[in-house]
Amino acid sequence: MLHIPCPWCGPRDETEFHYGHEAGVAYPEERELISDEQWGKYVFFRANPKGWHAERWVHSAGCRRWFNVWRNTITHEFGPTYKPFEPQPKKPA
Amino acid sequence: MTITRRRTVELPEHPDFLWAHKAPKKSYDAIIIGGGGHGLATAYYLAKLHGMTNIAVLEKGWLAGGNMARNTTIIRSNYLWDESEGIYEHSLKLWEGLQEDVGYEMFFSQRGVMTLAHSVSDVRTKMRNYYANGVADIDSEWLTPQEVKKIAPIVNISEDIRYPVMGATYQPRGGIAKHDWVAWGYAKAAGDMGVDIIQNCEVTGIKVQDGRVVGVETNQGDVLANKVALVGAGHSSVLAEMAGFKIPVQSRPLQALVSELLEQVLDTVIMSGMVHVYVSQAHKGELVMGAGTDAYNSYAQRGGFHVIEHQLSAAVELFPIFERAHLLRTWGGIVDTTPDASPIIGLTPVDNLYLNCGWGTGGFKGTPGSGWVMAHTIATGEPHELNKGYTLERFTTGHLIDEHGAAGVAH
Repeated sequence: MLHIPCPWCGPRDETEFHYGHEAGVAYPEERELISDEQWGKYVFFRANPKGWHAERWVHSAGCRRWFNVWRNTITHEFGPTYKPFEPQPKKPA
Repeated sequence: MTITRRRTVELPEHPDFLWAHKAPKKSYDAIIIGGGGHGLATAYYLAKLHGMTNIAVLEKGWLAGGNMARNTTIIRSNYLWDESEGIYEHSLKLWEGLQEDVGYEMFFSQRGVMTLAHSVSDVRTKMRNYYANGVADIDSEWLTPQEVKKIAPIVNISEDIRYPVMGATYQPRGGIAKHDWVAWGYAKAAGDMGVDIIQNCEVTGIKVQDGRVVGVETNQGDVLANKVALVGAGHSSVLAEMAGFKIPVQSRPLQALVSELLEQVLDTVIMSGMVHVYVSQAHKGELVMGAGTDAYNSYAQRGGFHVIEHQLSAAVELFPIFERAHLLRTWGGIVDTTPDASPIIGLTPVDNLYLNCGWGTGGFKGTPGSGWVMAHTIATGEPHELNKGYTLERFTTGHLIDEHGAAGVAH
């Protein structure tokens, strides 16, 4: 089980969280003007890197707040976390 | 005190290899990246049905050591939509003659597949599926809880459990096969026809010139090819990235497990998408069970034990006899899931580069059908009627093939 570093509560068991996939996917601007392809990208396409991945979690059974974190998809190691609207820290080496 | 000296025992001869171990040639007519079930089946049908034998299968690890070695071998075709019924039923028909066609034992056993329903809405969904299968001439039956009990006496059908059995769909032609024998059979038959099967050959780059694929870079040197097929399962996003495009796939861990060897107690396959458990009993006697996927993206081929615990608690309630069974081994694979729980099989933005991925949690059953349509697509440069709906473009046009109901977690 992952030990997830909630930026508000500290490290807690994975079973307290829900996963939110790629972090920082913005809702498109000028929605009435964008193409089907751009809508498709927004709705269906998400990053799926082998290595460091910036992703969202929500601490459902704790503070119930969302946050972002770098996590390595090969080792499951966690990197720095960042709260919503905080700038994204650099991708760990 | 006496010291007994151990006699040196002569080791038995290594058995004959089923296929030749080769280094890659400088160039091929076609290269298939990925030596799992789907890649090997593609090579077999390319050689056998389309006469393309100057081809190679490149496998980064050992043959069929990815999801092909890690699945629960369930075979069925009772999906909801026409596209799915088309390809999965074609696959099942190929399974029915596969051992004779390939000339290799695969322990294909049509012991039936039962899918349980546990709530009113679950019953409605399964009923809808059952009627759709009837329209498509796919064998499907609706079972009452008493009929479930008749086929599988160890199922707990009492009404006072958390998720009582309220009915089930049943496909008698469904079943299981021995996954590694399937891979070996395809590999041997393809190798016999002249296909190069190259293991420990990791593709590190895909060469594209003027929008057309011309070859690959590997840890065993560059290899040129007129056509290249990406059949990389959990690593499909990584391969697509090398070729310069993105696919709507998320790679996640899917775990499975076996018990110790037990007396035969279950001679059919039982699945429940709602409580996240599916189980069959192998010929040797171990119970083979699958869990749900872990939540997060991963390439690690392992998951959390709480997922296993969750699955076993459901299994014990449904099959009280399992309570004293010991867990022998658990493992994980990386499944490539798509937004509509259906695969992507066809063309890509790069000419002569073909894609077969996104089989998610249910690729094993599709092995023969997937290879068959992929071989057609590579050989002719056009999708077959059976895979023409499985385009990458459907995530732009919105023509999704939504199989979340029929696939769910126990795909």
